[in-house]
Amino acid sequence: MNALALVSQLGGVVLAVALAPLLAGWVAQCRAWLQSRSAPSLLLPYRTLRKLFRKDAALATQASPLFRAAPYAVFGAMATAAAIIPSVTTDLPLARVADAIALVGLFATARVFIALAAMDIGTVFGSMGARREMMIGFLAEPALLMVLFNAFLMFGSTALPTIVKGTLDADGLTLHPSLAFAGVAFVMVLLAENARIPIDNPGTHLEVTMIHESMVLEYSARHLALIEWASWLKLFNYACIGFTLFVPWGIAPRTAGPLGLLLAIVWLLAKLAVAGAVLAVIETVSAKLRIFRAPEFLSMAFLLAVLGLLVHLLLQS
Amino acid sequence: MMPPLNLVTQLLHVLAAGLLMISFSMLAQRRTRRLIVLLAWQGVVLTASTLLVAVTAHLQHLYYSAALTLIEKVWLMPWILLRLMRRLGIEGDSDPLVNIPTLMLVGLGLVIFAFGLAQPISSLATTVTRQTLGIAMAVILLAFLMMIARHKAVTQVIGFLAMENGLFFAATSTTYGMPMVVELGIALDLLVGVFIFGIFFFQIREQFDSLDLHQLEALKED
Repeated sequence: MNALALVSQLGGVVLAVALAPLLAGWVAQCRAWLQSRSAPSLLLPYRTLRKLFRKDAALATQASPLFRAAPYAVFGAMATAAAIIPSVTTDLPLARVADAIALVGLFATARVFIALAAMDIGTVFGSMGARREMMIGFLAEPALLMVLFNAFLMFGSTALPTIVKGTLDADGLTLHPSLAFAGVAFVMVLLAENARIPIDNPGTHLEVTMIHESMVLEYSARHLALIEWASWLKLFNYACIGFTLFVPWGIAPRTAGPLGLLLAIVWLLAKLAVAGAVLAVIETVSAKLRIFRAPEFLSMAFLLAVLGLLVHLLLQS
Repeated sequence: MMPPLNLVTQLLHVLAAGLLMISFSMLAQRRTRRLIVLLAWQGVVLTASTLLVAVTAHLQHLYYSAALTLIEKVWLMPWILLRLMRRLGIEGDSDPLVNIPTLMLVGLGLVIFAFGLAQPISSLATTVTRQTLGIAMAVILLAFLMMIARHKAVTQVIGFLAMENGLFFAATSTTYGMPMVVELGIALDLLVGVFIFGIFFFQIREQFDSLDLHQLEALKED
């Protein structure tokens, strides 16, 4: 039993790290189809990684050790986050160590590192991107916490596996209106945090609008590869947080054997395919907001999440 | 942790929550055209909730009022408003007086106020939908806020209609709807109201060359 838990824990992290580029490729492919362009290969992100890892890294002469360390720190934070999100099974020994609030902290750590590294070189773009990222971050983080509080309030726990278990164990289908609010808020936070279209465009290098891309302009080769991989992993993590909170069906319970785990992986792939397609649709139908509209967008997300809490308190009383 | 609720009650709660969500997006919406679309969606949710109450409580007259809602609020009213917009040639942004995040915060305060207000009342009611009274009151107050915060005549009328939607929802959720005569009267009043508002719009624009109601505050010199 303990060995299986260890395997599923490690396997979960490896699966997340391995599947994250695939999800990014799938979203890019769906976007291309919707915009009637010829789609890039599903495996393009893997090829990008291989190409980047083969190259020699070029560093600016004034780069400090922080600049070199940041990609590893960011990637490490994202991989740790993947370890405590129950994407395949709820039997995660590490999830007992860190709850969902620590998860938000991990995302914040990654953000701080990447912003510091962007300012480290001292180029205009880097510091501009870092400042914008921090602005988006400080607005998105409370909204994400409020979304999580919705689930905490409902199941009386801050641990993600307990929340999944709470939903799976409930007999019959229970509709929670407050989760509808939280769901909309969560999608808004996901779009903002992963540099998706209403806030940022992952595919552009237009100076005046980019946020995430301008922070990583100075990186090359293996550092860039790690940063890119970490940002794909972040999208994957966010998708999995969404699944645990809103559609936990298919996640294997603690008692599941190896076969159950395999089935859970199939479920996860199916859910990721749907989520990626929905993300591509959202990105295609919406226009990019001016940067000064971003606070409005994110305060809307925050207030929707708070409304969810209020509705929960009203309707369940 | 919480009492088990049957599926119908849960569905009603979800619809009520949807109504509240639409109210909030109306508060945040800048474009008049989108506002009208949202108003129509509010009508759709209202129709669904009325139908659901009618089916569960086996009330004949609620079927009629659901049909009335569908025709009047989903089709007729938005159609008239969109036509008016086209005739008046107003398509652009209608900027609210206060910036939107502040407006949303005020709205949130109103929601808390409405929920607190409804708590003692809904504990007295016996209908299946009594807990949604708080949401209905919140919808009414949010529509009020929207009317106060906008300064274009068209958006104020939309706020007025949204307020009526909230009142209608309050009626169905607490007392299984008003008597048919009253409901028909209100529906007719609203319809006539919208027509008169339309005439007013043309008059206001003719007098002041704008639909901005702040122009009405200035006295004419001669």
